[in-house]
Amino acid sequence: MTARRAELTLTVNGQPYEVAVEPRKTLADTLREDCGLTGTHLGCEHGVCGACTVLLDDEPVRSCLMFAVQCSGQAIRTVEGLADGERLHPMQQAFWEHHGLQCGFCTPGFLMLATSVLESRPDIGDEELREVLASNLCRCTGYQNIITSVHAARDQMRS
Amino acid sequence: MIGESVLRLEDQPLLRGEGRFVADINLPHQLHMRIVRSHAAHGTIESIDASGALEVPGVVAVWTGADVADIPPIDFRQVGADQMVPYRQPILAQDRVRYVGEPVAALFATDPYIAEDGAEAVVVEVSELAPVLDAAGALGDFDGRLDTEAYVFTEQTGDIDAALARAGLVLEAEFSVGRHTGVPLECRGAVAVHHRNTGTLEFLGAAKVPFQNRDALARMLGLPPSGVVLREAHVGGGFGVRGELYPEDVLVALAALRLGRPVKWIEDRQEHLVAANHSRDQRYRLRMATDASGVVEGLDVEFVSDQGAYVRTHGATVATLAASMLPGPYRIPNYRVTGRVRLSNKTPAGTYRAPGRYESTFVRERALDAVAAELGIDRAEIRRRNLIGAAEMPFERGVDALGTPVVYDSGQYEMMLDRVMGHIDYRALVASLAARRANGELVGLGLGFFVEKSGLGPFAGSRIEVDPTGCVTVTTGEASVGQGFETVMAQICAEILGVGLDTVSVVHGQTDQMSYGMGAFASRATVMAGTATHTASVALRRRAIEVAAEMLEASPDDLELVDGAVRVVGSPTRAVSLGAIASALGPASPYAQDRPGLVAEEWYTTSHMNYPYGLHAGVVALDPDTGSVGIERYVIAYDIGRAINPMLVEGQIVGGAAQGFGGALFEDFSYDEIGQPLVTTFMDYLMPTAAEMPDLEILLSEDAPSPLNPLGVKGAGEGGTNACGAVIASAVDDALGRPGAVTALPLTPERLHAMCRLVATA
Repeated sequence: MTARRAELTLTVNGQPYEVAVEPRKTLADTLREDCGLTGTHLGCEHGVCGACTVLLDDEPVRSCLMFAVQCSGQAIRTVEGLADGERLHPMQQAFWEHHGLQCGFCTPGFLMLATSVLESRPDIGDEELREVLASNLCRCTGYQNIITSVHAARDQMRS
Repeated sequence: MIGESVLRLEDQPLLRGEGRFVADINLPHQLHMRIVRSHAAHGTIESIDASGALEVPGVVAVWTGADVADIPPIDFRQVGADQMVPYRQPILAQDRVRYVGEPVAALFATDPYIAEDGAEAVVVEVSELAPVLDAAGALGDFDGRLDTEAYVFTEQTGDIDAALARAGLVLEAEFSVGRHTGVPLECRGAVAVHHRNTGTLEFLGAAKVPFQNRDALARMLGLPPSGVVLREAHVGGGFGVRGELYPEDVLVALAALRLGRPVKWIEDRQEHLVAANHSRDQRYRLRMATDASGVVEGLDVEFVSDQGAYVRTHGATVATLAASMLPGPYRIPNYRVTGRVRLSNKTPAGTYRAPGRYESTFVRERALDAVAAELGIDRAEIRRRNLIGAAEMPFERGVDALGTPVVYDSGQYEMMLDRVMGHIDYRALVASLAARRANGELVGLGLGFFVEKSGLGPFAGSRIEVDPTGCVTVTTGEASVGQGFETVMAQICAEILGVGLDTVSVVHGQTDQMSYGMGAFASRATVMAGTATHTASVALRRRAIEVAAEMLEASPDDLELVDGAVRVVGSPTRAVSLGAIASALGPASPYAQDRPGLVAEEWYTTSHMNYPYGLHAGVVALDPDTGSVGIERYVIAYDIGRAINPMLVEGQIVGGAAQGFGGALFEDFSYDEIGQPLVTTFMDYLMPTAAEMPDLEILLSEDAPSPLNPLGVKGAGEGGTNACGAVIASAVDDALGRPGAVTALPLTPERLHAMCRLVATA
């Protein structure tokens, strides 16, 4: 098992990261281990739970199902890039104010998923939004406050 | 501040991706452990060939059972008994494997990907034996000597035989609850390092019960407890499952000692579903004796708990809780229960949110519904006739739970029933559902009343210290599993000290920071650690005023603590801040007088639990074509005596309900006929998503504060889960117009579809 490594540059939250990784290394593992961005969490590693959701050219993807070598040249956004310094992103602020998280493990995935959907569809209706949020799993909140948080962020981001 | 829904202290790092979960921890020169697991449900190990694995570059070592034969099996943490001792799990299988997923070898490599490569090259030969897959069926062989019944117990109060003999009605019924469990979103993990310079073994990523696990690890590894330090990091959900001491945890610690390098282990999801504790999977047979008006005179119950392949840290906890809490909020003067903890060739089981109560509430409420139908009594009315009255509190149940007598400390059960009946406009709702059914809709209402238990003792401690800048640190030996522990402790402390919440930080789960600790289970953290923090805060306030009196040359009686400063009543400029008091209490200071520092430590001990209670009411609509159950409306009333932070309490209730619905409708660890698990991914283990959750209506009440602690608090963690199975079953019965139709959970689409067909053809 020789570890042939590919050298590539990942652009994450606007910053370049030079990494040398095996072609089989997932984007999630690369973000966590090679870029030091451990905010992206792994909950299932088979694409169901969505805890590892990041944005690739503004589209949500499961970073456990992608290889880092597939992502060279694309703009990757992770939870670490949401806040503007001390100031939380409206989505983070809404999750805080509406108790949209408990253990916080699924939270980065939900934040990225919800942010991307509101960026692309700021006027999305409640029912469709619930459908979109059903892509990710949370085991603590029962989702009610996640939905409330995203509704609040929708109002905030529109204004 | 107590009673206010303040925003959580915990959230900033979690929202920013700056949390520190165990997988986020890396140590220089660390090795990665990968477990090779049994592919057979039952059999004797013929051979384990690791030679191929050892040729993989980067693989450092492979251990099998023989390498760790000197390490004792993992002991019981609670509710142990001598009979169960032979059924404890070794950290690697010795000679025999007993479930698919059992650790048979541990491999250590320089990289997690290489560790997986290596593990795939380990060849395990097993000579298979017939598995036991129905714990309620014939007993099997455990080890050539013992059978698979690990523990049997009977509890009774009153004279059940006489009650059965004279009863107007004796209902006989059988019920079962499926196999499901907590499944936190974070998989398990651990990082251990042996510090050669101090001789200390440090174990990172502990959860739930760090102190008890420290003691257990020390015993197993032959170290003094003071030589082992466990540290809790962020924990991605607990639910009873996470944080118990598992074979993998011991292997990580042992490897750090023996291999002389830090060792990290992060489980994957497929492993989690076959290796972490399962739960529930109980089968009941009961007889309920009532008079003609539906008053329950007696209850005679026998049940089997499918413990899986070994008895783990919980011993017989789940079965004893099921037995002791089964009578719930009703008088039931004559009661006998026999519980059987039996092994099978499935993943071993432990506790899961509302352990034993989710099951026994399902059983009790099902039986009461059946009696109501038999006697033609309204379902709410039969409950009212049996509820224990407020004047009967404290109410002695006559049985024990977790080694302490069950004595309900307080409760206004009928008041809660009235409140919920009013909230849902019961009569009108029943009528409107009947009208919809007459129109062909399959809609129905279910009710489920229950008593929970919380605040398990015997102790919790809290130390509060103020630094010279006025920052306050609360240190406890208790733990956080993400439920808001830090915020709640800070609220209690800040209220008493009159300081801002943002000046308080809370330390928990660090075994070198406190002498004793228990942890986050049994809805105990707020009750126990909250009470200790309250008492310690009061003691610290007293000390601050005492010292300030000397500093200000005033009488303590003339002083008050406001906004983080002690001041003279009526002349607020004569004041000294908590930080200044702390500054003045250096060891050599004349104010200190052998008591340096502005610090107070208090311990709260109790031999009794307290008993929150609740009532769920739910409306479901069935789809006979798909077999799906839609939850149209769901109301949860819960009384926890006093809510420190109502927002967090409601969060606990809603989250708990989602898990309750999962167990009622979706989640089910099934096995094929040779014991192969059919549920090993999230494609098979179906948990509720946002699409399945109704908007819950929470009626939080504080009608019955606990007389057992100064705050009056009871635990909030499990009431949301408790009655979900009972209520969904009751509502489905109602929708089908077939009282008693549902006897088993989960009500998977397959089961429900078949029931709808039966009703349609009847």
